[in-house]
Parts: sequence; structure tokens; C-alpha cells
Amino acid sequence: MKLLLPLVALAALAYAPNLVSDYGLGLLIGAVTYVTLANGWALFSGHTHYVSLATVAFYGTGAYTVAVLNETLPYPLVLVAAAVIGATMALVVGLSTLRLAGVYFVIFTFGLAELVRQLITWYEVNITGTLGRYIFLDVTARDIYWQMLALGAATIALTAYVHRSRLGLALRVIGDDEVVAAHSGINLARSKLIAFVLSATILTLVGAVASPRSVYVEPAIVFNPTVSFLTVIMALLGGANRLWGPALGAVPLFLIFEWLSSNFPDTYPIFLGLLFIAVVFALPDGVLAGIERLRASRKERTA
Amino acid sequence: MTDYNRRATLRAFSLGLAAALSVSASVAEAADDTVTIGYAVARTGPNATGAGITTIPNYELWVKTVNEAGGLAMPDGTKRMIEVVEYDDRSSNEDLVRAIERLASQDKVDIILPPWGTGSNLAIAPLMDRFGYLQLGVTNVTDKAPEFVERWPRSFWMLGGGHDYASGLVEMLSAAHDAGIINNEVAVVSVADGFGIDLINGARPAFEEAGFELVYDESYPLGTSDFAAIMNEAQNSGADSFVAFSYPPGSFGMTKTAQSMGFNPKVFFIGVGGAFPIFPGIADGKADGVLAIGGVNADSGAIQEYFARHTEVVGNPPDSWASAITYASLEMLEQAIAKVGVDNDALAEELNSGIFDTIIGEVKLEDNQLRDLWWVGQWQDGAFKGVNPADKEGAADPDIPKPEW
Amino acid sequence: MLLTTLVLGLVLGGTYALLALGLTLQYGIARIMNLAYGEITLLAAFILVFLFQGLGIPPLAALVLIAPAGYGLGWLLYTVMMQPLVARSGSSGRLDVDSILATFGLLFLIQGVLLVTFGANFTSISYLDRGINILGVSVALNRLIAFAICVVVGTVLVLVLARTRWGLNLRAVAQTPASAPLVGIDVNRVARQGFALGTALAAVGGASIAMYQTFSATDGVVFTMKALVIVIMGGVGNVGGALLAGLALGLVETFVATAIDPGLTLAATFAIFLGVLLWRPQGLFGKG
Repeated sequence: MKLLLPLVALAALAYAPNLVSDYGLGLLIGAVTYVTLANGWALFSGHTHYVSLATVAFYGTGAYTVAVLNETLPYPLVLVAAAVIGATMALVVGLSTLRLAGVYFVIFTFGLAELVRQLITWYEVNITGTLGRYIFLDVTARDIYWQMLALGAATIALTAYVHRSRLGLALRVIGDDEVVAAHSGINLARSKLIAFVLSATILTLVGAVASPRSVYVEPAIVFNPTVSFLTVIMALLGGANRLWGPALGAVPLFLIFEWLSSNFPDTYPIFLGLLFIAVVFALPDGVLAGIERLRASRKERTA
Repeated sequence: MTDYNRRATLRAFSLGLAAALSVSASVAEAADDTVTIGYAVARTGPNATGAGITTIPNYELWVKTVNEAGGLAMPDGTKRMIEVVEYDDRSSNEDLVRAIERLASQDKVDIILPPWGTGSNLAIAPLMDRFGYLQLGVTNVTDKAPEFVERWPRSFWMLGGGHDYASGLVEMLSAAHDAGIINNEVAVVSVADGFGIDLINGARPAFEEAGFELVYDESYPLGTSDFAAIMNEAQNSGADSFVAFSYPPGSFGMTKTAQSMGFNPKVFFIGVGGAFPIFPGIADGKADGVLAIGGVNADSGAIQEYFARHTEVVGNPPDSWASAITYASLEMLEQAIAKVGVDNDALAEELNSGIFDTIIGEVKLEDNQLRDLWWVGQWQDGAFKGVNPADKEGAADPDIPKPEW
Repeated sequence: MLLTTLVLGLVLGGTYALLALGLTLQYGIARIMNLAYGEITLLAAFILVFLFQGLGIPPLAALVLIAPAGYGLGWLLYTVMMQPLVARSGSSGRLDVDSILATFGLLFLIQGVLLVTFGANFTSISYLDRGINILGVSVALNRLIAFAICVVVGTVLVLVLARTRWGLNLRAVAQTPASAPLVGIDVNRVARQGFALGTALAAVGGASIAMYQTFSATDGVVFTMKALVIVIMGGVGNVGGALLAGLALGLVETFVATAIDPGLTLAATFAIFLGVLLWRPQGLFGKG
């Protein structure tokens, strides 16, 4: 029963492109993309409370991999290559950084995204002599949607599995108290590293799958730090340590952004800013926790 | 099925489907008396500056002008008001792509005007093509334009490519070199971005062919804010000509740095931003002699009138490179609509084959591209004037060497 | 050659350091990771231009008005926005995440207000633009002024923190926020002062940037990033460290631009920054 509902929803979502306009499909792609990003991000950060702003470093790398390889390799292999590159990058980064904690980790990941962007730019300008690459792939919006939906479903399934596994338990303990975790015999470095690599691989794949949507790829375009910020906000709004939290944060926020930017193109950043501040104050632990609190207080009243 | 039939069917369809489709029904009906024009341009984010100077003001000015005159003239002699649907693309290609899908499939606008920037225009080109819209791109500078026209036959490229600007510059400098005014050494810097790299890749062989030597040739990253070290190197290189293929922040920063350190090359050329109306203010009133990308025929009455009206309506004068072209592209669109209506295929055909009377003079496109452009301009007596191609109507003589700051 | 790099690098570094002083106070003392820091510097820059062009007040005089206004704004922001978050988080360590989210909202809010008020155009003024000869190197006077402001403000701050009772309180809160109340320090008050002082410094930094650099309403993130890099390199809350780190960063960028490749300046910045984080997360000049 618990499995049935998500499966029915997945089937309905997979069928949805047949019912909606191109814009509707665009909305679906956007929403699923952010759900997947937020879930992928929460896979590592949700329990450990390590707030990573490196999302776009992986997302952009995925998009860039497609841009570089799309003419030399068949598309499925390009995706595999992107996943491998993302995982390798995460492994290197993870090995060197996961001992950083708190705000240092936040800032490190922020700097990482910029460093990657600068290095790619420099490499393209000085070694290949071009900047800006084209992706002419025969991938329709529907294909992108289905791929993204599959990736999103896989991510949520993986999250559900991790939550129940030893790894999930380890991550939760780490998030509560690293010292306790270390004393209770959990291999801190290994648990964090596995989760980080899994998370980064998903984020890289999201970038790769989404990239054919825009034909032209340039470091300044694909390494847009807003992506990192939005991902964090969405996951936290829903509740990053719950299975359905990131999805519940991503979908409404995505729709609100869309609504604001079309109805208030001039003043939309102001509304957006106010909204954020309101969320932080009104829903400190995410929407899901807020709903639970509300239910609890209602129960108390009826009881 | 004729257009009328399609609309009638849609109307019947929507009646049957009640409220859910009422939006599209009302759009279809409204289309009879107005022309809906949609665009998604950056209001926020890094692209907002460029769009806010070149693209948005001209769209608004044109719509206002047309509507004040009673609307767009149609082939049957009637006039239809313009109704605008506008979105913010937040400087993100993903949002832009979705906004175009929205304009095309939900708002079903008659015409979609292009966004600002080469990357943005390329990002939506396949979509515009698939939806059957014409893409009257202005701020999309690329050498690959001919290739793209073949790929997307309704796409237009009105601002040339990097090689054009580079060759124009080299041609002008060659003339100065032949006249014995400058030596054959050039210091060149370029911004590490698609545009800067296009230009420098075009300039290197052109300079070499013309017998120039690049004694300093470096790129700098987008986002650089300090140019003291770069300008110092350029000054020490001994070159008579300083050339920067730069974006506005860089163009402005280098100008200020050159002034404060007393760097007075005989040729001072900067990229985007040099033709902006605020440039003389940035150069502290000493802009005369500075060369930059772009230019207008400053003596033309139509251009002067356009500058005056832009200043009056928008609040500031337009830039002297892409603004006038943007406005001219809209005038062309207006005249093409008067001939063939709002059918995008017919419009694309007409725009490519017709001859148009615009603020930049008579325009005739070649293979969906505007080739009759100013490559180099120069500030002279407080106005930014086109100087190359030298044989173009209204070309001013370049003032080399530049007077000292 | 070497001398040129040294002079240009130090002047550049001075402007960087000035930008970072406020952030290091805000995070070091008030524990607020302020992502809207760059937007506040921009706000001050726009106000300076308005005062100069609109009202004819010379920038250096405007600076004297802007600094206390910045203090007031910081005081208000802390009281209305940050203090409830601090109170809510207690000692749970949630403040980092909460403050990042809230100030991210603030970032958009200020950017939106700037865009609506001042438009998307590039803004710039010409003020004391002439070159001054320093050891044979020509440096813009307005940059020298920014450098001088940085040195003066930085030195005064270092002295005040080291020598006065008030400075002692600030340091106590910065180093051991949990035990500061035990010795009779009103942590809340000190944190508010620290945040407000940081905002005032952000405003001074922004106002001096307006004197020599062209900027637009969307540039805030760039300033925040630069400041963050310096704060981390110098050690969070360490004013002297931020000064040294700012100067070092200016020297490195100038050296890379002249000796290696201007295309790598920003890459070098981030590489050094990441290196410092890994090697000494407490900062180059931090203790421990």
C-alpha cells in the first residue's frame, strides 16, 4: 500500500505529457528537475546537516560533459561518462573536505563551484581556443522529461533505501553528534564519503539530462550559483531529512517563482526575498514538520 | 485548413470544454483586434544590465510609438493595437526556454521578440523554429550565423560576428600604420567569454596578415574588477595601440585605470560599453578619441530624432551600437507586418527579401543577416560616430592619435 | 617590475581588506553568515552616487554620513530579523542554516529594491581620478584613499578590540559565546553592536568602491564572495587577519596577472582559498 501510491503517481506523471501543452511540459520538466536536485542534495546534506553549495559545480559539470562529448559518443554513453566524472570529482573533493564542518564546509563548497568554472573557462580559452559549445542532440522535451522523471524516481527510491540502511542510520548519528558517532564505532569518513558521492552523481546526471534543453553551453551559463541556492532552499523548505520533504519544498517554490516572474517581472525579486524571510520565520523545520506540529496541536485540542 | 477554420474549430472546441480552456478561447478571439507580442528578457540577474540598456527600452519605445499612432497597420488597411506579454527570464536559460514555451503554447502570441545575448538567442532557436516563430535576433553576435540560418530558416542575425569587428578594426589600424601614425605593435586583452574569444580569434590572424605584432596578448576572466596590473603591462609593452575586446565593466575599468595611470596610447580601443551613453561620464568628459565597437551615423536626422525620442521616453539616450539596430529591426517588423500580416513564415520571407526604411537608413538583409554595419566607432566632439567601414555613408574620419586624457 | 607588482598589489589588497572587515565582524561576533553583505555594500555605493550627483555632497563627506546610517541599518536588521533567529536556535547550531536562508532572502529583497530604484544601468562617478606617483608607479588617487581608509579603519578596529573594555567584550563573545554571560556580558547587546558595526563597515567599503569602480545593481554577489574568501583566509572574526589576508590576496592577484596569466587570477584566488580551508580552516592567522 505504501508502495502503491508513489507508483500510481509515477505512472500518472509519466503519462502527463500527453495531456498538457508545451508550456505545461516545460513546467513539469522544471518541477521534476528541481525535485531531483533537492532530493539528490538532501541525500547527503539532509541528515548530516552539511549544507553544500556545490550543487552547481556538479550540475554544471554534467551539462559540460554533454556539451563536450555529445558529438563523439552515443547519448547513453555520454550520460554514463557524466556520472563517472561527477562521482570521481565527488570522491576527490570528498576525501579532502569532509573533515571541514559547519560554515567552513558551506563556504568551501561555494568556492569549489567557482573554481571549477574558472578552470574550465581558462582551459577552453587557452587550450581549445573556443568558449561556448553547442549541443545539437535529437532529444525532445518529452525525452528529457521522462529521463528526468526516471532519475527523480530513482533518487527518491534510493533515498528511501538509504534511510532504512545502516548508512542512513550512520548519517543520522553523524548529524546529531559526530563525536558520539565516532565513539559508537561508525566509520565517519566512509559513511560521509559514500553519501556525498551518491548525491554528487545524481546532481551531475541532472545537469547532463537537462542540458539539451538549451543548445548553447558556456561556463557562465551552466555554473549559475542560483541553482545551488534554490536547491538548498527548496530542500530545507520541505524538510531535508524526510523522504518527501525536498519534493514538497521544490514543487510549490518552483511554481511560486514562475508565477511571480510572470506577474511581477519588475518587482519579483522583492516578493521573492520577502517570501524567503517569511519561510525562515514561519516554517523553521520545513513544511512537513510544520504540518505535523499543526496536527499535533489539533489532536491535543480534540483530546 | 484555413486560418479562419482553425480558429472556428478552436472556438467550438473550447465552448464544449467550458472553463478549463476559456483562456485560450479568449486569446483566440482577442487576436482578431490586437496583435499580441511576447518576449522574455532578463529583468534580473547578470544579463539584466545588457537587456536593460539595449533591449527592453527599445521594445517599450517601439510599442508605445506604434500604439500611439493607432496600432500596427495590417495588409488590409486596418490597424491593430499591440498587446504585450512579458516575462522575466532571470538570466537563466532554463527559465528562458520555459518562458518561450509559455508564450508559444499557452499565450499563443502572434510574434515573439528575441531575448538579449548570444547564448540566450541560441538557447531558444530550436524552440522558436519548432513552434514556427520568426526570431528577429539582434544581440546575437556570432561568426556561425550563416550556418545557423541554414539550420533555423526563420532566424535572423543582425549584428555580425566577431571576425567582422576584428577585421574592421585591423583595416582601420592598417591605414593609420601605413600613414606612419602608429607603430606595428599592438597590446590586446580579451575577456574570457564567448564574445571576447570570438573577437580575439578573428583578430590574431588579421593583425598578423596586416604586419602587426601582438606584443601583449592575454585574456582575463569575466568578473575581473581590477585592471591596474593588466594596464601596467600593456603600457610597458611599448605598443602604440591598445585593444581590449571587453565587456562593459572591463571597458569602463580599463578606461578609468588608463586615465589615472596616465597611459596614453595612440589608439585606445575598447569593446562593449564604449558606445554606451554613460561612457563620456565614466571617462570624466575625456572620451573624445576613444574607439569602440559599434557606431551610428551621428549626422543622420533619423538617428538624431531617435536619440531625442529615446531620451525623452526612456529617460536616457540609447547606446550607439545595438540599440539603433534593435529599434530598426522592430521598424522592419512593423513594415513587414503591413505587407504580409502576422503569419510568421511570410514575415520571415518578407524580412529577408524586402527593402526597409529605418532609422539606420535603407536596410536590405542578406541571407537573414544584416551585413551593412558599423564595425568601429569613435567618440568625436561628444558623439559616438561610426568610422569603419570607411566607405559607409556617414563615416567620420578616425582621429588618430587620440588626444591625451 | 617587482616594485610595480608590490605597489599595485598592496593598493588592490587594501580595497579588498576594507570590503572584508565588516563581514568578519558580523560572522565572528554576531554569528550571522550574512549572504546579503554585498547588497548592503552596493546600497551604500548607490547612496554615495546619489548624494554626490543629486545633492552635490563630496564623496568623502558623504562617507561620514553613510557610516552611521550603516550602523543604524545594521542595528535595525539585527533587532528585527536576526535576533529572533538567534533566540530560536539557542545552542543547537541551527543559526548557520537559518541565517544563510534569511539573508539570502534579504539579498533578493535589497537587489529588487535597488533595481526598481536605480535601474539596471552601470553606475559610476569620476572623483579624484588622477594618478599619484608612488615609487615610480602611477596609482589612482581614489584607490589610494580607499587604501588609506582601510588602513585607518583597520588599525583603529584592531586597537579598539585589543585595548578597550568594549573590545574585550566583543572578543569574549566572539571566542566563547557560551561563557561570556558568566562574566556579566550581555551577549545579545554585544552581538547587535558587532552586527551593526559590521554593517557600518560594509557601507564604508561600498561607498569607497563607488569612488573608483563602475558597478550595477546585480554586482552584490561578487562583493560577498570576495569578502568571504578574505574572511575565511584571515580567520573568522579576526580583524587583523582579514587585513593581512586582503593585502595578501591583492598581491597574489597582481602577481598572477603580471607574471603568469591574467586569465588565472580568479582561479588562483579560489585555489588559495580552498587550500587555506583544507590546510588551516581556522584561517592563516587564526589560533589553534
